[in-house]
This record gives sequence, C-alpha cells and structure tokens, in this order.
Amino acid sequence: MQQRSSTVQAPPAAVANRPAPPPAWQPRVDPAPLLPDATPFRVIGTDAMADADPELLLRLYAELVRGRRYNAQATALTKQGRLAVYPSTTGQEACEVAAAMALEERDWLFPSYRDTLAAVARGLDPVQALTLLRGDWHTGYDPHEHRIAPLSTPLATQLPHAVGLAHAARLKGDDVVALAMVGDGGTSEGDFHEALNFAAVWQAPVVFLVQNNGFAISVPLAKQTAAPSLAHKAVGYGMPGRLVDGNDAVAVHQVLTEAVARARRGGGPTLVEAITYRIDAHTNADDATRYRGESEVEAWREHDPIRILERDLTERGVLGEDGVREAAEAAETMAAALRERMNADPVLDPMDLFAHVYAEQTAQLREQAAQLRAELDAESEA
Amino acid sequence: MTRATTVAKTVAAKPRPATMAQALQRAMRDAMAEDPTVHVLGEDVGTLGGVFRVTDGLQKEFGEDRVTDTPLAEAGILGTAVGMAMYGLRPVVEMQFDAFAYPAFEQLISHVSRMRNRTRGAMPMPLVVRVPYGGGIGGVEHHSDSSEAYYIATPGLHVVAPSTVEDAYGLLRAAIASDDPVIFLEPKRLYWSKADWSPESPAAVEPIGKAVVRRRGTSATLITYGPSVPVCLEAAEAAQAEGWDLEVVDLRSLVPFDDETVCASVRRTGRAVVVHESTGFGGPGGEIAARVSERCFHHLEAPVLRVAGFDIPYPPPMLERHHLPGVDRILDAVARLQWEAGS
Repeated sequence: MQQRSSTVQAPPAAVANRPAPPPAWQPRVDPAPLLPDATPFRVIGTDAMADADPELLLRLYAELVRGRRYNAQATALTKQGRLAVYPSTTGQEACEVAAAMALEERDWLFPSYRDTLAAVARGLDPVQALTLLRGDWHTGYDPHEHRIAPLSTPLATQLPHAVGLAHAARLKGDDVVALAMVGDGGTSEGDFHEALNFAAVWQAPVVFLVQNNGFAISVPLAKQTAAPSLAHKAVGYGMPGRLVDGNDAVAVHQVLTEAVARARRGGGPTLVEAITYRIDAHTNADDATRYRGESEVEAWREHDPIRILERDLTERGVLGEDGVREAAEAAETMAAALRERMNADPVLDPMDLFAHVYAEQTAQLREQAAQLRAELDAESEA
Repeated sequence: MTRATTVAKTVAAKPRPATMAQALQRAMRDAMAEDPTVHVLGEDVGTLGGVFRVTDGLQKEFGEDRVTDTPLAEAGILGTAVGMAMYGLRPVVEMQFDAFAYPAFEQLISHVSRMRNRTRGAMPMPLVVRVPYGGGIGGVEHHSDSSEAYYIATPGLHVVAPSTVEDAYGLLRAAIASDDPVIFLEPKRLYWSKADWSPESPAAVEPIGKAVVRRRGTSATLITYGPSVPVCLEAAEAAQAEGWDLEVVDLRSLVPFDDETVCASVRRTGRAVVVHESTGFGGPGGEIAARVSERCFHHLEAPVLRVAGFDIPYPPPMLERHHLPGVDRILDAVARLQWEAGS
C-alpha cells in the first residue's frame, strides 16, 4: 500500500511530460462537504440548548420516559412468556423517538426488528407493534394506514424498499420522505450498500439512520468495520454523512429534521450515524456478560439519554418536579394498559394460514385449506 | 387476478412474422400505454434496449422515469421495486440472465413472496421479475441456468414460462396485470423464434395457471414447458414413425399448477414423461411426476418418467448439447414406457 504524504511533491519529469489525464480522473464531487465532522454533533449541555423550542424539549422528554417504560414493560412480557422475544432499545430511546418525531404524517418509516419503539412513538398501537414478537401474525398493522413498513427481520433488506418508495413518491410528485433505520451490524450487509448507492444515484428523498449501539449481537464495531466512522461511508456514495450523539435526543432530532427537510426539497439522501449503546442484552436469549464488562455499561448509564436531558432541562428551569411526575404517570398508564391487553390470549383463525398467500387462492391451496377445515371440524367434534 | 387480462382489440390486423422478443416488448409497451403505474427497470433496459433488445424503444417512448437504467445490482433492482410497488406502482424488473438473479434471491424470498401474507393482504406485491432463462444459446458460465426449482419452492410467487410468440405476449400482459409477484421465465433460445402474429389484435389471454394441449395424441403424454415445448413437439413428430402418437401438454405456468389439464391428458393416454432442462433431482419434474402418480395411479400403464438436465452445474457451451434434453433422449424415454411389471 502506498504511503500517504502530507507534503506536496513535484511529479517526476517523465510523469510531468505526460498529456493531461482524461476528464474521468477528476473527482465529480468535492468530498469535503460530504465528510462528517470528527466529533459527534451534540446540543444538550451546550449553549445551543437556549435556542431550542421548550415545547419540543418537553415533548422529547415525555416520549423518552414513555419509551423507557415501554422497553421495560415489553422486556417483562418476555419473562412472562407473553412475547416470544423482545429486542430492547433501552438506552437507545433518543434515536427511536427522534426518528418518529422527525417525520411528517405523510412520510414513511422503515424500521428494523429492533425499532418497535420508533413505530409506537410514531403513533402505532403498542399491541399492534408487538404482534410480530408475540407470534400471532408477522405484521400486526396495515403499513399503509400508519406509513410504517413491516418490521424487517433480515438485516438491511428494508433499506432498498425505502429507496424505491421514496423514488416512486417523487415520480408521482408527492413530497414524501422515507426514513430507513438500520443497526451497525446491518451496515456490513450488501443491501446497505445497494440501497445507499441507488438512493444517491437517483437522488431519492431518503434518510438512512444507523443506530450504532456498539454490538451486532456480540460482535463489537471494531470487528464490523475498519471505517473511521459509519457516517464516513456516505462519502463513497456521494451523499453527506452526519455523526451525532445518539443519546442526545435534541441533537438527533435536529440532525434528522434537517436531513428530512433536505430530502423533501430535492437535496437527496443523507446517512446519519447516531452513536448510542444497547444497555440490555441483544434479546432475552442473549448473555451480554460474555462479551462486555459492567464498567463499560456503567459508563453509558452515566450518559443515559433521559438522565442527560432531564438534568439539563431541570437546570434551565424548563422542566420542574410536576413535569417529571406527569411524564412518569403517563408512561405508567401506557404500561398498565399494555400489560392488561397483552394478558389476553389473541383469538386466531387457523384458516388465515391460506387467506393471504395469493390474491386468489390456487387450486392447490384450496385443497389444503379444505384439509385443514376438515381437521378443525374433526377436532371440534371430538 | 383482479384486473382484466384480456386485451382483444376489435380491429382485425393481418398476421405477420413476429419474434418472441418482439411480442414481449409489445406486451410491455401496451401495458405501459394503458396503465401509467407500470414501470420497467433493470440494468441496460433503457438506452440499450436490453442485451436481448426485449425492451428496445420503450425508454424513447415512455421516458427515463418509466424505463430506468439502474445501477448494476440485482438485490437493489428488486429491493427498490418492492418499495415502488408499496407506493402503488407496478414494476417490471429485468434480471439480465438467469444466474444473475441469485443476488436478488433474499429480496425475492424474504420480502417479495411473503409481503402480502405477512401484512394480511394489506400490502400486495404486483411486480414482475423477467428472467431470460435456460440454455442452448452457447452462453458462457452463469448465462444458461434453469432456476425454476428455486422459484416454485417459494410460496407466494407465480412462476410462468411461455413457449410461443402468442403466449409470450398474453402471459406477460397477464403477469403485469396480476396483483401478485410473477417470476416470468423467458426461454432465451426462443427469443428469435417466429410465428405469424397480429400485434394489433392479440388473442385473448387466459388467466395465469392454465396449461394447454399443444398436440393431441393417444399413446403417451409429454408434460413440458418453456424451451422444451418445441423439442417435445419435434419428438412427437419423430415418434409417429415408430407408432407412437404423443400428446404434448405445455404447462405455461408452474405455479399455479394446472393439475386438471395434466391429469385429464394422462388419464386419456395412460403414460407420461415430464421434460425440462432443469436438473432432475429436486427439479420440477419430481413434483409433477408425484402429482400425476397420486392422481392418476389407476390410469397409468407405466411409471411416470422424467427427461431432465443432468444433475450437474450447467456445462460449458461446447458440451451443453449433451446436457440438454433433446429429441433422442425423449424418444428413449418414450420407448421405456412399454413398461412391464418386474422389468
């Protein structure tokens, strides 16, 4: 590999005598504006907080508290056997909440399997959001009604969908933006590359949000990528990359809102990397003590998204004891309702197995449906 | 299929020679003219008109927004088509060659095929994946695969393969009109096959899933589809000299499968051979033979035989004639239908 030199050297004479290089040698875009800043963007604890809208700050705070409670309740539901699995976003609530709050109603959200909270923060009924994880149906809601694509279990495969949808919307003349969420592990997948490349070539109104929570199950970022940051990857596609403190809800909201606005006015896609941390294990099936130490987790607890926002807002006098109590009570009400509704067994119709495979059932499926019908009838007679 | 798939026009036009490639192109043009939500995308489909010229002229007529040269990335092509379909468009994507489609398989299997199902019908996937498939054109490695076994093993997909110029038009119109995803296998060695055809008044199209008897016969049924149909018809002519009157059933569609037409034929003739280029082990022929055996056992005078490609990776072009099922191999199988118990 060639050594890079910071000093400009005169080219050797033989090279100097060569004709000018063909135009293809010239970079098409100056990479400097595309490069992310070296340090993650932050707002909380800085002077910029003074410019933030207090109403927005309080909404962010309430949503974070509700999100934390939602994560705790869903995790408890796995322990009670009500959910098959729950990939928690405890510690990552700022990203989830900001993702939902950066979008207009007409925009679309493309969540990964970990992003149920983003869907709930966008207004989706928590029970509908958890249907996949409870196991009664793969998608518990009508994606068109909420403009939330199905939670994607395969990694990064929903990203090209976001590009295609945003592209189609623009072709139809609608100013719709798609926000696609992916984890740090997902950035290694081929679909991540293809989605970003398509988005940049088509200048599609898409925002990619990478929640870098440190681990792909157990594999740390250093074993996932050699890039200086995941946001750096944007440069190669010809789109701006932004690096943001993923636990700073105000900063994430600001960066995402700007990226969404840019996409909406025809400025093309943006790749945002939010640096955050998964406080819980990957899922209830994972033992996080095998791959990380408690001191690391403890350091991130100090940088908790709720704690840092609450402290700042309290110091500024934006948030008082009443506000804290109200947010906690609202979260508790949500959790109690969720608990109660999830305690009821869902009513399932086995004939649904054949209902939505094709627009019209094939002869083969009609035969199989008849077989199941007969089995069910025999069961009920027995 | 909820949309009209018949496109018979009242104006009578004189039939004239047309190729399968021209019929396919005409099908896309007519569909695009009638329905502004139909979009064509893929590598080289625009300016070049496709490496087989199947999309020739479409971009000129409908513009880059509707006929789009994409980056070279099959997962990206199909993945973005999924998003376009989510927003109400009807994408027709081209996979340049059969084996080039493999990078798109995750999109196909994890999303395209099951999107309707996982959303309880809220999010159908009305898209078509055109796959130029099969051998016999002297293509180098990765240009001649018959991948239909992978597609038919995936619930939620329709899998269609035309064998005639007329069907190429009709089936592609039906595929584009379908509210479900259709894998449209184009037998690339038949692209330049010609037939008298009236592009201005194409015949009415039957819905996807109907097989057709291409040749009536009494001694045995050849069950086949796509590029093997003309081979079977040739074999049937040759068999006449040896006293065999063969019936040839062209499936046209592997999913849905037309048990009715196939079994009616086998019950008439009492003998059956399944013919396809795809490998025999794990290939569609095994499924078809099993279905026929289950439904027509008492009518069968001999076991259902298969004439398929060998169970090998597709061979280099200088050897492919030894691999592809030809007339002689079909006739050998027909001879074996003079089966006696214990033999």
